[in-house]
Amino acid sequence: MRRHLLGISDLDRPEVARILRESRRFSEVMERDIKKLPTLRGRSIINLFFEASTRTSTSFELAGKRLSADVVNVKGSGSSVEKGESLKDTVLTLDAYRPDVLVIRHSSVGAAQIATQYTDAAVINAGDGTHAHPTQALLDLYTVEREVGPLDGLHVAFVGDVAHSRVARSGALAFRMMGANVALVGPPTLIPRDADTALGATISHDIADIASADLVYVLRMQRERMGKGGFVPTLREYSALFGVNHSRLRPGQRVLHAGPMNRGVEISPALADDPLALIERQAGYGMVVRMAVLHDAIAQSAETAEAIDGMGLEAR
Amino acid sequence: MSIRLIQAPGEPASLVVRGARLLDPDAGIDETRDLVVRDGRIGGSAAGLEKIDGAGMLVAPGFVDPHVHLRTPGREDTEDLATGTAAAAAGGFTAILAMPNTHPSTDSPAVLGSLIERAGLEARIPVGFLPAITVGQHGEELSEQGEMAQLGAAGFSDDGWPVANAAVMRRALQYQKLTGLPLVLHEEDPDLSGDGCVHEGPVATRLGLPGIPGVSEAVAVARDVLLAEYEGGRIHICHVSAKETVAEIRRAKERGIAVTAEVTPHHLLLTHDELSSLDPARHKMNPPLRAEEDRQLLIEALLDGTIDCIATDHAPHAQNEKEEAFEDAPFGVTGLETAFAACYTGLVESGLVPLDILIQRLSGDPARAFDIPVPTLAEGAEANFSLIDVGSTWEVAATDFESRSTNSAFTGEALRGRVALTLAGGKRAWSRIAGRVGEISQNS
Repeated sequence: MRRHLLGISDLDRPEVARILRESRRFSEVMERDIKKLPTLRGRSIINLFFEASTRTSTSFELAGKRLSADVVNVKGSGSSVEKGESLKDTVLTLDAYRPDVLVIRHSSVGAAQIATQYTDAAVINAGDGTHAHPTQALLDLYTVEREVGPLDGLHVAFVGDVAHSRVARSGALAFRMMGANVALVGPPTLIPRDADTALGATISHDIADIASADLVYVLRMQRERMGKGGFVPTLREYSALFGVNHSRLRPGQRVLHAGPMNRGVEISPALADDPLALIERQAGYGMVVRMAVLHDAIAQSAETAEAIDGMGLEAR
Repeated sequence: MSIRLIQAPGEPASLVVRGARLLDPDAGIDETRDLVVRDGRIGGSAAGLEKIDGAGMLVAPGFVDPHVHLRTPGREDTEDLATGTAAAAAGGFTAILAMPNTHPSTDSPAVLGSLIERAGLEARIPVGFLPAITVGQHGEELSEQGEMAQLGAAGFSDDGWPVANAAVMRRALQYQKLTGLPLVLHEEDPDLSGDGCVHEGPVATRLGLPGIPGVSEAVAVARDVLLAEYEGGRIHICHVSAKETVAEIRRAKERGIAVTAEVTPHHLLLTHDELSSLDPARHKMNPPLRAEEDRQLLIEALLDGTIDCIATDHAPHAQNEKEEAFEDAPFGVTGLETAFAACYTGLVESGLVPLDILIQRLSGDPARAFDIPVPTLAEGAEANFSLIDVGSTWEVAATDFESRSTNSAFTGEALRGRVALTLAGGKRAWSRIAGRVGEISQNS
């Protein structure tokens, strides 16, 4: 039985649709006066974050708590990881506490995959290097479905540093799966080789090509991953050629950004603050989507599926 | 000066293999009959000798692997001379050459001398050494190649790293006139490879892993064949993996440049499509597994002789090092014990490569590329051969390796062509006859 969520390809289209429906139900609960559900009472979730995070770690923590699970957060700094403990041993140690779900964020591709070998918990990949970030993609789908409309037939343009972006990788696969068309727009040095075949996208090096998109997904310039690469001559030129601002958008286009933003680099400050951009919505919806993902991960365990089938929605 | 292959002393073998197919293409032998070994040499009377039933099995001249890592000195926790040569014997090899990326590097007469001494005590099959081209394999100053040649070095290599500086490479080619020994080159442009860890292409892009383009290897090869031509030198290209490299080597050979080349079983059999496993123990190596188009051209180049021989690049690693995230784990897979079986199953049984060519590419061809005596089944020769069970299927398991490490690309695969018995240097080096590992049953 499939329990782990390591990448978007671990899900099929009906499963994604189910998670989006569940997210919507949880979202309704969040409008209520009392926002806590008993759904995962008695369950435990460990959030293991080897890499810095604000949105993902906070929303996973709150998501677990809103579902009444016991949530423990372990960070790379301040844990035995700093003493040189290996990924394997860290996971084995945490597994000894018998968590139901292990959420893992790591700077290296394949970390979540390795973790599955050393725990009986369902592993949710909260970002492994430049590889995958499936819950980000799910919350992006959810945001667009709620704020814009059905995903099928939409045109999404990812703009900028595709090479270093797990958000673009998981996002492109997820939007494609749901029937959207995906374009990758950016300087040739930041569009990885064979990205068209690998991600099912069209490729452009001209920012004007975002005109045909319903959604413009602005990617962060990942300066910390660039090293001595010299992928673009200067950030100033990058901004001049590929920065997204109001003058490059037409009316009706909506803008996404997974954060954190480099204001004035990939996105203009005015656009970043514009309510037409969906950026704040993405952050807010992140929690309900992660509630749905946590619920789904535990519900996939056969023996517990029935017990929590009602999700506790009617319990109050 | 001549190269030295060193083996621990032992009793010369005397036995008869009954009824196996003897196949030695170089010697023009292909017949099913008894093979007698008396006092370590092929031929003589079978009377009174221990008999081994070879019915339905294959006897091939011993395999020669010019590219193994024995991790000694320094990382004996992953392999040493005894376990590495046992693994080689278990794979049907009767001569191997060990690379110098040890700790300390095998870059001086002192380290080489001590390795030769230890091999004389521990090596189950004849082993030779390829000391470093440059001190510490840092690519800056030439190692003391003259003295190491006098000690019996088989050639020189900075394997693991390229000689990045073209002027240093040129000096090495000039100095080669003193030794006459091949320069054995790990080819890539370190700037083009960068922090890449898989083949650049759609799989790398989907996985978000930094890529190593095929041209990183090919531009380095192009440079070195030009330098070899200019200096009249002799080079051997390690583990060819990219279609662009095949084209460069083919051009160089057409121009008459003294270049030989090898390819590994994993590059002949696997592609980057395996990488969805994200399992570094099986699928992370340098050069990386490349595309199907590269693989097809490697097979073609092996068939037409553009690539001279098969080498394993046997690279043992500790289990804990290979249990890290794909991106963080070291490069390398083991290969000695699966080389023939993997190639037999994947190339010969599938009709891609004739059996006689496979045997030549594993035996006579690498021997000639390195001036190693060619193993043969001919009458009077020293016994260097293996008896191979080509009939039954073997599921490769991490538990039955002689190597101290288990990071094999073929773990879990069902292969045919497991080696049952190996004689090397006239001595019994390996046997799994009648299910008894390391010992021969007496059924005479």
